[in-house]
Amino acid sequence: MNTVVVAQLQRQFQEYLVSLYQQGFLDNQFTELRKLQDEGTPDFVAEVVSLFFDDCSKLINSMSRSLGRPESVDFKQVDSGVHQLKGSSSSVGARRVKNVCISFKECCDVQNREGCLRCLQQVDYEYKMLKTKLEDLFNLEQQILQAGGTIPQININ
Amino acid sequence: MAEVMRPEKFDISNDTSSLASPELLHVLAVDDSIVDRKFIERLLKVSSCKVTVVDSATRALQYLGLDGDNSSVGFQDLKINLIMTDYSMPGMTGYELLKKIKESSAFREIPVVIMSSENILPRIDRCLEEGAEDFLLKPVKLADVKRLRDSLMKAEERVFKNIKHKRELEASDIYSQLKRAKI
Repeated sequence: MNTVVVAQLQRQFQEYLVSLYQQGFLDNQFTELRKLQDEGTPDFVAEVVSLFFDDCSKLINSMSRSLGRPESVDFKQVDSGVHQLKGSSSSVGARRVKNVCISFKECCDVQNREGCLRCLQQVDYEYKMLKTKLEDLFNLEQQILQAGGTIPQININ
Repeated sequence: MAEVMRPEKFDISNDTSSLASPELLHVLAVDDSIVDRKFIERLLKVSSCKVTVVDSATRALQYLGLDGDNSSVGFQDLKINLIMTDYSMPGMTGYELLKKIKESSAFREIPVVIMSSENILPRIDRCLEEGAEDFLLKPVKLADVKRLRDSLMKAEERVFKNIKHKRELEASDIYSQLKRAKI
């Protein structure tokens, strides 16, 4: 094991992870998720976020359909979708996605179709952005493991 | 003359406890969100619990055998020590599930914990009034599960100790009766 390479990768990983918190992509709940992962379940976090992204895609599609025709918007359905999205984003620590959901719900409550469409677009953007970021993060993890190192547990304040 | 056995030699059975096994709590978790199901399952496993996860209140009732076909009899030898259910679910809510469980003679003693992403006081009150053991805000923390587990283990221990003590009293009563009869 090349300890210099491992140390370098670990530092890269740490810096990248910290930046995700600092830029508001992730919050403390993501830290909680990482704590639940161990050598016996090395893919736990990746699996949960994968389920989350699938969920996002599905919910965004169905809300898009509900918002489709201006004369027949099913706001109850949209509200239900936002509620679910807010819940699951909260469970994985997807902070930006969750925050868009808060605004989204407000637009829904006053039946503001235009506002809802904007929020829908934003939530779509945010989850895809987060997906890319986390793919890069998991990639770094794999590199560390392949170089024979261990993934650092990082305390984010 | 037959040898009279002293009370200490009587075998006091260990399976009077309703624990799924000596150390493991068996938890039934109910949530319609696949993300939350995965999360709570892991949270419970990390806390050394045996977990069964279902995606709706209806399925929970089916699992317990309370879904109408078996009326309120339920599966008597199904050992569930705790039920954790989401509040907002399509179809039957967690609150309605709570009521059905408390109405069932087979399962009303099982503690039911409600989980919700919304901190709505009237909702919390209603659940506690209906007999919920606790109300947890989502996302649920490891500390919440540990706290639940500890208090349930203590309760089980108390029950076990009471039964054990009762058995000891019965055994020593038999012993003294035999002694008096000079068998």
